[in-house]
Amino acid sequence: MSQRRVVVTGLGATTPLGGDVLTTWSALLAGKSGVRTLTEEWTSLLPVSFAARVAIEPSEQMERVEIRRLDRSEQFALIASREAWKDAGSPDIDKERLGVVIASGIGGVITMLDQYDILNNKGSRLVSPHTVPMLMPNGPAANVGLELQAKAGVHTPVSACASGAEAVGYALEMIRSNRADIIVSGGVEAAVHQLPMAGFAAMKALSTRNDDPARASRPYDLDRDGFVLGEGGGVLILEEYEHAKARGAKIYCEIAGQGLTSDGYHIAAPDPDGAGVQRAIKFALRDSNLSTKDIVHLNAHATSTPAGDVAEANALRAALGVDADHVAVSATKSMTGHLLGGAGAIESVFLVKAIQDRMAPPTINIDNLDPAVTIDVVREKPRALPAGDIAALNDSFGFGGHNVVLVFKSL
Amino acid sequence: MALSPADVLAGLKEIVEEVAGIPAASIELGKNFTDDLEVDSLSMVEVVVAAEERFGVKIPDEKVTDLVTVGDAVDFIVNAAK
Repeated sequence: MSQRRVVVTGLGATTPLGGDVLTTWSALLAGKSGVRTLTEEWTSLLPVSFAARVAIEPSEQMERVEIRRLDRSEQFALIASREAWKDAGSPDIDKERLGVVIASGIGGVITMLDQYDILNNKGSRLVSPHTVPMLMPNGPAANVGLELQAKAGVHTPVSACASGAEAVGYALEMIRSNRADIIVSGGVEAAVHQLPMAGFAAMKALSTRNDDPARASRPYDLDRDGFVLGEGGGVLILEEYEHAKARGAKIYCEIAGQGLTSDGYHIAAPDPDGAGVQRAIKFALRDSNLSTKDIVHLNAHATSTPAGDVAEANALRAALGVDADHVAVSATKSMTGHLLGGAGAIESVFLVKAIQDRMAPPTINIDNLDPAVTIDVVREKPRALPAGDIAALNDSFGFGGHNVVLVFKSL
Repeated sequence: MALSPADVLAGLKEIVEEVAGIPAASIELGKNFTDDLEVDSLSMVEVVVAAEERFGVKIPDEKVTDLVTVGDAVDFIVNAAK
């Protein structure tokens, strides 16, 4: 039996650039930054006073009562899933053939810390009975599964900043292995809070460009000094190809394969050789029956950290060889900030839009390209992608040494 | 301090609307929290804690299962406050 093919039939997102996919995508092509100075008092405690909050608050997109029993990460998951499900035509499907795989890097950290404050200040009696369902990392997936009555399985892979991509890859395997016909897949993150920010700052991982937040996320630029924390989420509806055709669904593109490896090198630092990334790319291409010649675009992980961007660029050049010359590389975190567990998901959404519109988004804030970067970075303005059959890659890496590469191709 | 049943009902309406999003107008003495108002078990905990704070009474956990209708809750709170 030939392998079941998997296509994308719906997209949803809530990001620092917009409360839906189209608004986000337009802002991305226009090179806008979603990074802003935070107004919370606690920023005075930290060396970093900015982040990329969602453009549209959940309170503008959901009912008040729904919001009070959902962690912010769960709110993002429901907002993006509702958009994606509607975009897919709200398919009428046997619920035992419908699954959900939505990741988060940290889970309901804001709920956990807020309720800890209530415990200490007001006592255990006033701790919300919703605390545990709100802080559990599988909460976003579980709430979406509950709303759609998905019964093929609800899952939450956790691999730090690779979580969102890993979720999409897990969904691909669930359909290939015939566990389901449709999966709501993606990733979310809601960690703009003083504790996670203080932790990242202590690692010297965050940019401290407090006087110019919109210019702080600058992947591949010589003066990059760390990443900018973002929040939000992205969701893709993955569907078995024949199932999608039979119901006359709008098909964006195919998700052709994935490659996963781990570094075995360091808990947080990238392997400077990028061997794990290279192997992940090799496995992803093999899994897709594609070669480096077929790849025209790549949405890079590129978080704007001094070490990470160059290690990744070197690995891409080594894995793609001379074919890297025809791969338009976009680092969209320059505009969205870094959504941690949501990053691989929104960047997959961007890749699908890039294939649909034949347009690679720009990378902003590169005043001086780091000469150590020898890949073809799309700078300042979007770049047209070729007509005909094309394929594109999304790579994501996470603390712990997780490497995930996803392959999407036109149909 | 003695509380009137009307005051307690008015207060409960506000609490249930805040916690569960049920319009105050549909909250009546004869309504069953679970079957009629669809207040789930976690939200019921919130209602009880909020009622204790508001009316200055103690509602022991073992009594909560006896509070089937809004009227049961009003009676309990009025008596507890005497």
